[in-house]
Amino acid sequence: MFNCRDLRLALLLAAGAVQAQPLSYAVYPAYPGIGRAATVKEVAAWDIDVRPDFKGLPQGAGSVAKGMQVWESQCASCHGVFGESNEVFSPIVGGTTQGDIRGGRVARLNDASFPGRTTLMKLSSVSTLWDYIFRAMPWTQPKSLSVEEVYAVTAYILNLGNVLPDSFTLSDRNIAEVQQRLPNRNGMSTEHALWPGSGLGKRKPDVAAVACMKDCADEATLASFLPDFARDAHGNLAEQNRGVGAQRGANTSKPASALSAPAAAPPRQAAPGSAAAALALTQKYSCVACHGIENKLIGPSFSDVASKHASRADAVDYLAAKIKAGGAGVWGAMPMPAQALSEAEAQSIAQWLAEGLRTQ
Amino acid sequence: MNSSMTIEMPYRASGRLLKAPENFIDPAGVRQVFAQARQGRRDFIRSAFAAAGAAVGAAAAPLALAAGNPVPPSGGDANILELPEHSRGLGQPVATDGYGRPSKYEANVQRRRSPGLTQTAQSSVSFAPLQSLFGIVTPSGLHFERHHQGWWDIDPSKHRLMLNGSDAEIMKTPMVFTMDELMRLPSVSRFHFIECGANTGMEWGNVAVPTCQYSHGMLSCSEFTGVPLKILLDMAGVDYKRARYVLGEGADGSSMTRTLPMELVESGEVLVAYGQNGEMLRPEQGYPLRLVVPGVQGVSWVKYLRRIEVGDRPYGSKDETIHYVDLMPGGLHRQYTGTQECKSVVTAPSGGQVLQGQGFCNISGLAWSGRGKVKRVDVSVDGGRNWRTARLQGPVMHKCLTRFNIDWVWDGKAALVQSRAIDDTGHVQPSYKQLRAVRGSRSIYHNNAVQTWLVQESGEVKNVQLS
Repeated sequence: MFNCRDLRLALLLAAGAVQAQPLSYAVYPAYPGIGRAATVKEVAAWDIDVRPDFKGLPQGAGSVAKGMQVWESQCASCHGVFGESNEVFSPIVGGTTQGDIRGGRVARLNDASFPGRTTLMKLSSVSTLWDYIFRAMPWTQPKSLSVEEVYAVTAYILNLGNVLPDSFTLSDRNIAEVQQRLPNRNGMSTEHALWPGSGLGKRKPDVAAVACMKDCADEATLASFLPDFARDAHGNLAEQNRGVGAQRGANTSKPASALSAPAAAPPRQAAPGSAAAALALTQKYSCVACHGIENKLIGPSFSDVASKHASRADAVDYLAAKIKAGGAGVWGAMPMPAQALSEAEAQSIAQWLAEGLRTQ
Repeated sequence: MNSSMTIEMPYRASGRLLKAPENFIDPAGVRQVFAQARQGRRDFIRSAFAAAGAAVGAAAAPLALAAGNPVPPSGGDANILELPEHSRGLGQPVATDGYGRPSKYEANVQRRRSPGLTQTAQSSVSFAPLQSLFGIVTPSGLHFERHHQGWWDIDPSKHRLMLNGSDAEIMKTPMVFTMDELMRLPSVSRFHFIECGANTGMEWGNVAVPTCQYSHGMLSCSEFTGVPLKILLDMAGVDYKRARYVLGEGADGSSMTRTLPMELVESGEVLVAYGQNGEMLRPEQGYPLRLVVPGVQGVSWVKYLRRIEVGDRPYGSKDETIHYVDLMPGGLHRQYTGTQECKSVVTAPSGGQVLQGQGFCNISGLAWSGRGKVKRVDVSVDGGRNWRTARLQGPVMHKCLTRFNIDWVWDGKAALVQSRAIDDTGHVQPSYKQLRAVRGSRSIYHNNAVQTWLVQESGEVKNVQLS
C-alpha cells in the first residue's frame, strides 16, 4: 500500500539495497543467499490494495457519466443495468434509503422479511468497493480497468444507490466526504471474540453453553426438516455414499414411504455421447460460465439455444461450427469467443443441444 | 408433511434399488424447489417428537444381523465356496498407473456442488464427502474447494512471493522470493483443519440440505508443509511494534485479500505452505503456495499467495466488509471474525444414509476447535436429554480434526443422534437454541451449533433441527 508520497523514500532505500549486494546479508543474516530486495517497480506493480483510511489510493478521478458507459459495456451483463440483478451474482444496489445515508445504518438489515442483502446495504468503507473493482473486475478480465474507470464505476454504483448525484465526479480528494454518505458506514462492530488476535474486539466468547449430562432439556421438539418434495433436490443420495460399510445412501429418487432396504447404487459413468458427457464438456470448457441451463447468464441459456434451432435440419453441424468459431449478433451484442475443443467434443455438445437437452 | 416423519413400514434388510434417473437438476428448478421448501416449512405444524427411549445402550431388540449375511441352503456362501477370479489368476503389474487412483468401487465418494447455491461454477464451493471419510485426514482429491474467480494450475518456476510494508518505515527491506528459495528454508509439517466460515451457513435458519456433505463439508484436514511466515518477516526486518496487521494476497483473478493479526504470525503457527499430505498442494488448494492460518476460517488461508503486506491497521477488504461479516440481531454486522469455534458432527450415521439393520452401530464423527485441542466429545441418542462421553481416537492435535466414536446398539426405534464437543479452553459447543439466543439466525457465518440426525424406524437418517 505504498502511495506516491512514500515512493521517493522507497526509491532511495531500494536503490541502496539493489546496488550494494553485501548489505542484504546484513539484513537477513540467518539464511544467506535466500530472497532478495524487491525493486520499487516490482512493489508498485503488485501493491494495489487500498485501506479504509485511503492509504494506497492512486490519485485520479472519474465521473458518474463515464461510469455509466463503463458499466453498460463491462459490468451490466452480469450485474444488471441497474446493479440490481441476482442472475449471476448477489445484487449490488438496492435496499438503502436517504434515512440510512443520514444515519449511517441500513434499517432493512434489521428487517428479516426483506429478502436480500445487497452490496450497498453492507458496504461500510468505500475503499473496499474501489479496491475490489480495481483488483478483481470485470469477472473475466480482472485488473483491466484504468484508475479513471475504477473511480467512474465506483461513482456510478453509488449514484445507482442514490448516494451520489448524476453530476458527481469522484476523486482521491473528495472520497473521504463520500465515505461520510455511505448508508451502512456505522454498521460494523468488532465487539466479538472471533478476531484471532488482541488488537480488536473482546476475549470472552459470546455464547456460553454448559455441558449437562443427564435429564437435560425439555422434551425435544422437531422444529425443522426437509419436506418430502425436496427429497432429491441434491440428487440421489444412494449415489453419494460408499457402496460398502455400515451405512448406505438413501435412494431419494423414490419417495420415503416407498423406501426399501439399501443396496449399493452402481457408480454412474458418463457414456460417450450421453447427456452427462455433453454436460461434462460444458463444464470442462467453462461454457457454463456464460450459459445457464435454463437461465440467461452472459450468453443465452442452453435451453433457449436448443429451442431456437430445434427445427433446423443441420442443427448439429451448425451448432458445432458455432461452438468452435464463436460468433456475435445472433443473441445480442455480447460476442462469444472461439472455443479450443475438438470437433468430436463440439459435436457432442451440439448433438445434446440439437436434441433439446435430452437428459439421458 | 407430518406423515413423512413417521414411516410405518417395518425395516427390511434386503432389497434392490432401481436404476437412478439421470442426476440432472437445472438451477431454475432447484430454486423453485427451495422456494417451495421454505414455504412448506413455514406452514409446517411443529409437532412434538417423543424422544426415543432414554435407555441408552440398554438391552437391545433382537438383532437383524444374520439377514445381511445369511447362510444359503447350499451350506456355504458362494463367495467363499467358489474361488473368485482374483484368487485364481494373475493380477496387474506395478506402475500400471504412475499416480494411483481409488478403487473403481469408490466412485460415489466425490466432492460435490450444492445445487442452486451459486450461479457460477468459478465463484463457488464443492463440499467434501465427510460421510464417507475415515480418521482425520482428507484425501487431497476430496478436499473441499472454494474459489472466488476460478482455479489455476500455476507454473511454480514463475511464481513469486513478495513482502512489503504499508509504508517505508514499517518494513526494512521489501523482499521477493522464488519457490526454490522458499523450499530451501527450514520447513515444518503440521496437521490442521481448514473450515470455511460459512460452513453450515445454510442451516442457520432451518434445515436446508440433506447430508453432512452439504451441511458440514466445507471442512477438510491435511498435513501442511511450509515455512513459518515469521521467519520471512524477520528476514525482511519488520517493525513489530507498529506492524500489528498482516495482509495476505492471492495471485489469481480475484487476488483475494484478508487481514490477519500479527499475534498469530508471531506465535509461529501461520505458515507459507507448499506441501499437503506429503505432496505439493493441489492446484485447487492454491498450488504452488498458500497461507495456512490454523484455527481461522478458510478464506484467510489465501491461495496462490503472491504478497504479504504488514501494516498498522486492518485492511477492510471485500471479504471482510461485504462478505464474511456476521449479521447480528439488531442489524449490526460483526467485522473481522475469523476464529472457528468448537464444533463437532456425527458423520456416521448421518443424514441421507440408511442403517442396515438393528443391532450394533459405531457412532463416529469429527470434532475440532480453532482455539486449541478437543478435550471431550459427548454423544446423545435422545435429542440431547442424556449424554455419554465418546472415545477420542488419537492423535488429538492442536487446531486439528479429532475423530471420536462411541458404541451404540440400535433397537429399531426412532433416535435423535447428536454430538457436542468441548475444547481445552473449556468452550462447549452450543445447541441451536443457545446459539440463536445470542446471534439470531441470519448470520450465514460461524454456525457451530450441535447437529441433530433423526434415525427413523425405517433406518433412514434425516437432517433435523430441534427447538
